[in-house]
Amino acid sequence: MQLPLGIEVPIPTFEQFVFIQVALLTAVAGLAVVMSRNLFHSALALTLTFFGVAGVYVFLEAEFLAVSQVLVYVGAIAMLIAFAIMLTRSMMYGRTSPLNNQWGKSSLFAFLFFIGLLAFARATPWPAVGEEVVADEALIGALGREFVTTYVIAFEVLGLLLLLALVGAVMLARDR
Amino acid sequence: MQVTQWSEALSSWLMGLGLPGWAAIFLVYAVGSFILINYGMLSVLLLIWITRKAISRIQDRIGPNRVGKYGLLQTVADAAKLLSKEDITPYEADKIAYNLSPVLAVFGVLMLLAVIPFAPGLTGVDLNIAALYVVALGSIGIMAALMAGWGSNNKYALLAGFRVVAQLLSYEIPLVLAILTVVLLTGSMRFGNIVEMQSLHLGGFNLGLGWLGIVMPGALIVFFVSSLAEAELTPFDLLEAESELIAGFHIEYSGMKFAMFFLAQFLNAWILAAVAVTLFLGGWQGPGVGLPVIGPLLGLGYFMIKVYGIYVLQQWIRGTFPRIRIDQMMYFAWKVLVPLMIGLIVAQAIIQKLPTPVAVQYVLIFIANVGVMAVVAFVLQKYFREEQMRTKRSFEPSSLIGSMQVSEKGTMY
Repeated sequence: MQLPLGIEVPIPTFEQFVFIQVALLTAVAGLAVVMSRNLFHSALALTLTFFGVAGVYVFLEAEFLAVSQVLVYVGAIAMLIAFAIMLTRSMMYGRTSPLNNQWGKSSLFAFLFFIGLLAFARATPWPAVGEEVVADEALIGALGREFVTTYVIAFEVLGLLLLLALVGAVMLARDR
Repeated sequence: MQVTQWSEALSSWLMGLGLPGWAAIFLVYAVGSFILINYGMLSVLLLIWITRKAISRIQDRIGPNRVGKYGLLQTVADAAKLLSKEDITPYEADKIAYNLSPVLAVFGVLMLLAVIPFAPGLTGVDLNIAALYVVALGSIGIMAALMAGWGSNNKYALLAGFRVVAQLLSYEIPLVLAILTVVLLTGSMRFGNIVEMQSLHLGGFNLGLGWLGIVMPGALIVFFVSSLAEAELTPFDLLEAESELIAGFHIEYSGMKFAMFFLAQFLNAWILAAVAVTLFLGGWQGPGVGLPVIGPLLGLGYFMIKVYGIYVLQQWIRGTFPRIRIDQMMYFAWKVLVPLMIGLIVAQAIIQKLPTPVAVQYVLIFIANVGVMAVVAFVLQKYFREEQMRTKRSFEPSSLIGSMQVSEKGTMY
């Protein structure tokens, strides 16, 4: 598409068009998480970010990962965060400032991290398309098999960690 | 004739008119989702009518009978009334959370319609992870309840929101485990495949009676009970007990926003019934669905009869069961349903690895289901008898779980 001033604007394909929307949603929601003055709104924006990331997974044809993302992050983690915020009364009603006295250092580190990511992204040969992924039940089966063969130790350690968290929660909540 | 063929024919016709490919596909999907969503919304009118009629009959009343034939248009009149009501926002409410929550509640339920297989080939998307998708979208409803409770600036609404989250999260676990038994048996999370698996061919004729609910009645019962809890129906309607909590987390909502919560709740009950039918009762399977022309129509008919049958059953329970307390609710989820389901899954996983023919495995799974249920019923009966003796509150009706276990022995539910 040719704009009047001679600027060439590439017309996005339909997929790119939808991807831009998903990416914008994710980025804006991520920004809202850190910018919001109300902690509960931050938590809601975080949920929206999780959804956006799930949308990106759908674009990568990883539907299983996308649904797992919604299940784990929206269903459990966002809920946990919302609970934690709602049960701390001062946070619930106060209008907190998004900045504290460490904003200088953290912005420096965030910038350095961004530079690192950028370098990494530039070093990757795009488009990073490997072999065609079988996006079917076979994939889920293969994933499960990997969990109990190659990554069995990590899987077991994760299970142990979750069990410990459960036991800890019961210990904290029991009648004394 | 399958919907996929229709949509392909429609999109190729649109492309013939000069539309680019993506626009044609987009338009076809838009039309499809428009029809599906409107079907969902309009069916709620019927669902509410069924509920009111069924409960009236149980309570020896006639129910709505003034507006339209048999009172069929009563819900339309109610909807018009709700639309014209004043929309009230409470003082110092969190505007974003308060206004977004009803939308999210309806959204989370309507999205589920996309994967329901209504008839052979008649399904929005035959997603390869449909079973997981159904579970994942349940979390949106929980989020909506939490937002409504918090955004209303009302401590009762907030407390009710916490209760909703506690109940829905607790009953999600037996629900997921019950779905897992089906996935374990069929080896697929695609609803299309799961329904296809439940055919029963006899001499080349599809009887369509190989329902998984027959093979694993235990999982079916657990799924049904947890879906009652997920849909916030009696006996698990302590979340919006009018006599105790006024309305629960949506106490502050009025007019159309209240109607949206109402719609989401009824549609959720229907969709959970549809998922139960898809997973356990053969979906659209029935005698003669393999026939060339009338097969899909028969399939749609079977599916609807089954789903509305389950729906009426839900309303029957709603009309007859008392409400349970919150501690009983938590107890029943974590100490009864979850161990029962874990026992069933372990038994089934072992049976499926046995070097026996598939038919023998099915029989063994059935025996395991009945066995595990019998053990749980025995333990529960013992527990409740002891508790009754201990508390010596014999004048109180025996708790709900006790009566439920009696009905499990007698009938299917």
